[in-house]
Amino acid sequence: MKELQVEVTVNGTRHSHDVEPRTLLVHYLRENCGLTGTNVGCDSSSCGACTVHLDGEAVKSCTIFAVQVDGQSVTTIEGMADTDGTLHPMQEAFHANHGLQCGYCTPGMVMAATSLLQEIPDATEAQVREGLEGNLCRCTGYHNIVKSVLACTEGGQQ
Amino acid sequence: MTIVGTKVLRKEDPKFLTEGARYTADLDDPRLDGALHATFVRSTVANGRIESIEIEDAMAMPGVAAVVTGADLPESLRLVPGPVPLFPPEMLNRPVLATDRVRFVGEPIAVVLTEEAYQGEDAAEAVLVEIEPLPAVIDLEEAATDEVIIHESLGTNLAMDFSTLGMDTGFSDDTFFEGCEVVLSQRVSHQRMSSAPLEVRSAATVWADDRLVMWMSTQAAHGARDVLAEAYELDAESVHLMAPDVGGGFGAKIRPYPEEVVLPLASRITGRPVRWFETRTENMMAMGYGRGHVHYATIGGDRSGNVTHYRIDILSDSGAYARIGGFLSLFTLPMVSGTYDIPHVETRARSYVTNTVPSEAFRGAGRPEATLSIERCMDLFAAEVGLDPIEVRRRNLIQPDAFPATTAVGTEYDTGDDESALDMALEAAGIDELRAERDRRREAGDPIAMGIGVSVYVEVTAGPAPGGNEFAKVEITPDGKAKVYSGAFSHGQSHATTFAMIAGDQLGLPVEDVELIQGDTDLVAQGTGTFGSRSTQLGGSAVFEAAAGVVDKAREVAAELLEAAAEDVVLDTDSGLFHVAGSPSVSKGWSDVASAAEAGSLVADMDFNANCSYPFGAHVAVVDVDTETGGVTLRRMITCDDAGTIINPIIVEGQRHGGIAQGVAQALLEEVTYDSDGNPVTSNFADYSIISMAELPSFELVAMETPTPNNPLGAKGVGESGAIGGTPAVQSAVLDALSGSGVTHIDVPITPQKIWTAITEANA
Repeated sequence: MKELQVEVTVNGTRHSHDVEPRTLLVHYLRENCGLTGTNVGCDSSSCGACTVHLDGEAVKSCTIFAVQVDGQSVTTIEGMADTDGTLHPMQEAFHANHGLQCGYCTPGMVMAATSLLQEIPDATEAQVREGLEGNLCRCTGYHNIVKSVLACTEGGQQ
Repeated sequence: MTIVGTKVLRKEDPKFLTEGARYTADLDDPRLDGALHATFVRSTVANGRIESIEIEDAMAMPGVAAVVTGADLPESLRLVPGPVPLFPPEMLNRPVLATDRVRFVGEPIAVVLTEEAYQGEDAAEAVLVEIEPLPAVIDLEEAATDEVIIHESLGTNLAMDFSTLGMDTGFSDDTFFEGCEVVLSQRVSHQRMSSAPLEVRSAATVWADDRLVMWMSTQAAHGARDVLAEAYELDAESVHLMAPDVGGGFGAKIRPYPEEVVLPLASRITGRPVRWFETRTENMMAMGYGRGHVHYATIGGDRSGNVTHYRIDILSDSGAYARIGGFLSLFTLPMVSGTYDIPHVETRARSYVTNTVPSEAFRGAGRPEATLSIERCMDLFAAEVGLDPIEVRRRNLIQPDAFPATTAVGTEYDTGDDESALDMALEAAGIDELRAERDRRREAGDPIAMGIGVSVYVEVTAGPAPGGNEFAKVEITPDGKAKVYSGAFSHGQSHATTFAMIAGDQLGLPVEDVELIQGDTDLVAQGTGTFGSRSTQLGGSAVFEAAAGVVDKAREVAAELLEAAAEDVVLDTDSGLFHVAGSPSVSKGWSDVASAAEAGSLVADMDFNANCSYPFGAHVAVVDVDTETGGVTLRRMITCDDAGTIINPIIVEGQRHGGIAQGVAQALLEEVTYDSDGNPVTSNFADYSIISMAELPSFELVAMETPTPNNPLGAKGVGESGAIGGTPAVQSAVLDALSGSGVTHIDVPITPQKIWTAITEANA
């Protein structure tokens, strides 16, 4: 199939690749950009393990083609910490509250959670649970994930 | 001061949170450069005869390097190697690739090797497999009738009769319940459930220097190595099995599957490395479910609330070929009477094959089944004798002074104080206020009915008796730090932190200076793996003992440096300094000792063997049930889970949380289903309703710590407790909410549809 050129800024770095139109964003990130922090957990857009930010907003990167993000900006888990290694407050909160176990859902969960709090900075527990319903975790029972996210809300306790 | 028992944040997290863990699909090992991708052709028929397999069209598809079918398999690779213990050998005849018969939808028939993964999807479709369908049997109890036989040569669907192994007591005659004032029977169903680790099965393999090199998403690297060595007729040393980071297992990744076993052959045939990363749909079809029991339970006692008799008939589903799932009743049988002192108990257990995917271990693995049945019976008994279910439990609990307590089925519980656990959970729940609210709303005729459910449980970890073993080696590096090599394998359980705490405590080294090496059969001499809540008590104890062995050796070296006798030298584990007892001012640290020691001499290993342990606890669930729609809201979940000595409370609490969520999911939501022809209905995450955070509250945990005498740490297992106590508490709460409606029993998962139907039928 004819390949198309995409230019995407990923974690602040400009990438240019020729990709087949069928290429999903998640595969583009993993295979073309070598960013394997973003995971594939299902084939029905149900689990959220592949969540990244597209122009600052959470998207499931398995639901979008790489060619659709041409000219846009993507942030993955690898782009969340500062260049000096300082963790993003959400990463720090997941560490401080044991919000991850096997780690498979974690990158998507962190990306979805930061996006949620951009929308609702003072989110309540109910809003967090509703807002992250589309991100599945099989290890934590979600308790410490919710605790981590609430710690990052306005007035939350880090 | 000891670090054990304190909250230590995980060493695993920084990598997992910044670049992500390194799972099998993420590997960039140069040995995998140019790898082909494997895609499986699977049976679309639940029971049938393969008439033909045509690969020509597929071979002509873009990117196809090879198509491997059963005809390509050498003799040693025809069947998945055993041993799965205890089964009659005929039951183990599971083809690696089906050649003449298929027995479940999803059974592998061929594997297509392509340059790109997506090409495999198309090419697999182009492999033409003609299958003549045969009648299929999907339901466990139908399979038990032997009307449709799945393995013709056996002449029966009975996979295992536990009486032939002397594991059940068998049933006496009808006089068993004579003298009981109350006798109640209940069929209790324990649905098929998917382990559903977020990372699906995945592997990569290559032959290098005459060795089989393989990476696999597994819970037990050494066991996987041994299976592959047998399949390829190699010495164990000729197989290098590596488990990278693994995204959950929950029991379903204990043993390799046919898909993993055949990959090295595909690599050999093509002369290329091969990678495999299944889809979620394949995972749901072919990885294997857990549970899948039906119990016929009968409870007997007197009208003052004393339970004196219990009889349970256990049927379990093996799926089409016997794997681990078919013998898990051996975990159910010893635990049937739970935390109760019931003088007369009879058991019978059998497993049967059905035309479904071979069943597997899954979080709890046989113990949730025991607990759910006895707890359900206790509730029914309480209702019949007109006593509060909490009071009936209290009346029948094994008393604290009876431990170690041997039950009527001969299980010896190491420690227990069930009534204290129950009391603490009830107090934390505020049981009096809850009851008042429930009764007030019930009297007011609130259509949103409130229910309170209580369970008291005991389980077995690192079981069943007589327990098991795990390996560890502790080594001091030349710079005076420590490496721990463990045969256990964390796939979320946080061994890098827990084992560093255990070793660090013994060595007087900070957690940062203790590195864990796991999941690599070249680096770790032996291992059993992580499953059955065994790793802290066995693997952790092995680390504990091995570290003590290193300290003994280091004292000899330190004694020379200090010009003293070794028996006079002590290690101050607060500072990590060796000194002569009573003279701390002159001391030597680990780096001094490591520099002075002969290279490689400061090392000790331990194959630690111990009996299992019996964690216990109590759960309280509070629900609101909309009696008009059947909708259930879980309002609160309060649990007291005693797992012995706690090494790291934050990790133990995390394990409890995960288990509790799973217990709730079994009670309310999740079920693997098939249609009557054996087609999977729940074949992806859109159809299989994995519990999400929107369906759960935050959990309220009560701490309790009763050390076991069975290992030097005093630790029991904790990863499965929540799944064992949680389900019966939630089931009980929903049925409590419906107690005024004439509904006495609903099987799990208690979905809105089941509730609505039960209420409607009760009112008809």
